[in-house]
Amino acid sequence: MTDLPLADIFSSFGDAFDFITSPQPSGFADREVGGPSEVLAKLGAHLKVSGAAFLVAIVLALPLGAWLGHRGRGEGVAIAIGNAGRAIPELVLIAVTVAFIGLSFFNVVMALAIMGIPPILTNAFVGIRQVDRNAVEAGKGMGMTEGEILRKVELPLAVPTIMGGVRTAAINIIATATIATLAGETTLGDFIINRNVFGDSGVLAGAILVALLAITVEGVLAGIQYLLTPRGLSMQRAAASSA
Amino acid sequence: MGSLAHVLAPLAQIDDSFFKDRSESDCISDNGTFCASWAVDNIDRYIGPALEHIVLVAVSVVAGFAIALALAVLSHRRRWLMPPLTAATGILYTIPSIAFFFLLLPITGRGNLTAVIALTAYTLQILYRNIIAGLANVPAETKDAGRGMGMSDRQLMWRVEIPLAMPEIIAGLRIATVSTVAIATLAVFAGGDGLGSELVGSNITFKTGVIIAGGMAIIIAITFDLLLVLAQRLLAPWRKVRPV
Repeated sequence: MTDLPLADIFSSFGDAFDFITSPQPSGFADREVGGPSEVLAKLGAHLKVSGAAFLVAIVLALPLGAWLGHRGRGEGVAIAIGNAGRAIPELVLIAVTVAFIGLSFFNVVMALAIMGIPPILTNAFVGIRQVDRNAVEAGKGMGMTEGEILRKVELPLAVPTIMGGVRTAAINIIATATIATLAGETTLGDFIINRNVFGDSGVLAGAILVALLAITVEGVLAGIQYLLTPRGLSMQRAAASSA
Repeated sequence: MGSLAHVLAPLAQIDDSFFKDRSESDCISDNGTFCASWAVDNIDRYIGPALEHIVLVAVSVVAGFAIALALAVLSHRRRWLMPPLTAATGILYTIPSIAFFFLLLPITGRGNLTAVIALTAYTLQILYRNIIAGLANVPAETKDAGRGMGMSDRQLMWRVEIPLAMPEIIAGLRIATVSTVAIATLAVFAGGDGLGSELVGSNITFKTGVIIAGGMAIIIAITFDLLLVLAQRLLAPWRKVRPV
């Protein structure tokens, strides 16, 4: 570790930056790789497949988890799905899709959605369950219906926990979309996995782009969480953490 | 005798063709759902990658735990360190592991070192957060009692606070270990070992191989989880093991 080749490291990252900003010659005679148009195309494919999977995961898991939490039922199932989700390797999921289910945009979206469902379902359940029962009783006392209690009391108070699950799901899906290249989707993972085409600078550029995408999405979702969290709840939490 | 052989001969022929239709090689060339005889004959080729996988996970989680514990103990005493450390470990957790592997390549090159660094970094957020939560949950009266017995800061930490935080610490270890077993399949992309090597290239289309390698990864995760539950029973017998 004493002789870290710093110059080499900087030049590797410099080459990766060049790969993103302008097309580079490749090992294949007349083909140029990289540059803004190819980067944007793969970024678009990455966002399309991840976005679709993210929506599927939210639509399937959020109402189910919230409803189970509201009724206080199915705790074992909700927790077990969360645990099982963590144990499923993303590479195995993609391999199962390739070997057993077949290659199509729909199949890949469903495989990616499986990476997103467990954290959303479990966190929605836990978030709603943890809402102070006194708040729920107060809602009942004000004459709220079951649906109103869920929408106006439980869901707002559970926002931090639910959004925690949503953020984990988004990161899982973006990460797995990277290796969805193995299942025929030309996402940003194409740069990473097809090194023989894009070269070392392409591989590094792909890694940088995927990391930036994940951090950006995480930041956007954190902003949404801030906007959705009731003011009273954030003030209460700030007071509790400084105490 | 002659007539008996005559009667049996067609039977033998039928039997023979029956076995030929379902022979091992046909199952493989048709890529059947699960070729049991191939699995039995070739299970040895998965043993090495499975052991490498276990080593990769064990080294990464132990290293991650040592770092997270040091950071947690440090920020437990110096509170101002907590927000920046939480943010830093959170960002490490946000970067998809496969991107992490390749970001390290220019620095550490291809191989297991790169894989271990990325996997270790990935465990930090979960472990740090759980150790901090465990230490925060230690009742103030218990700490006062320790002080009353004349314990120093260090004694209080190692004899009172950390033992009482054990349930949360082990819950964090369970999550980190199970996740690391899953993510370690990606180490192959960074030139590392493990079961991932049996899931890429032409292997990815071979159904029997996908079932064996994927199944082994899941079995390794469950085994680690059960061992940690056992550890919690031994280290924190006063607390019922809760699902995490």
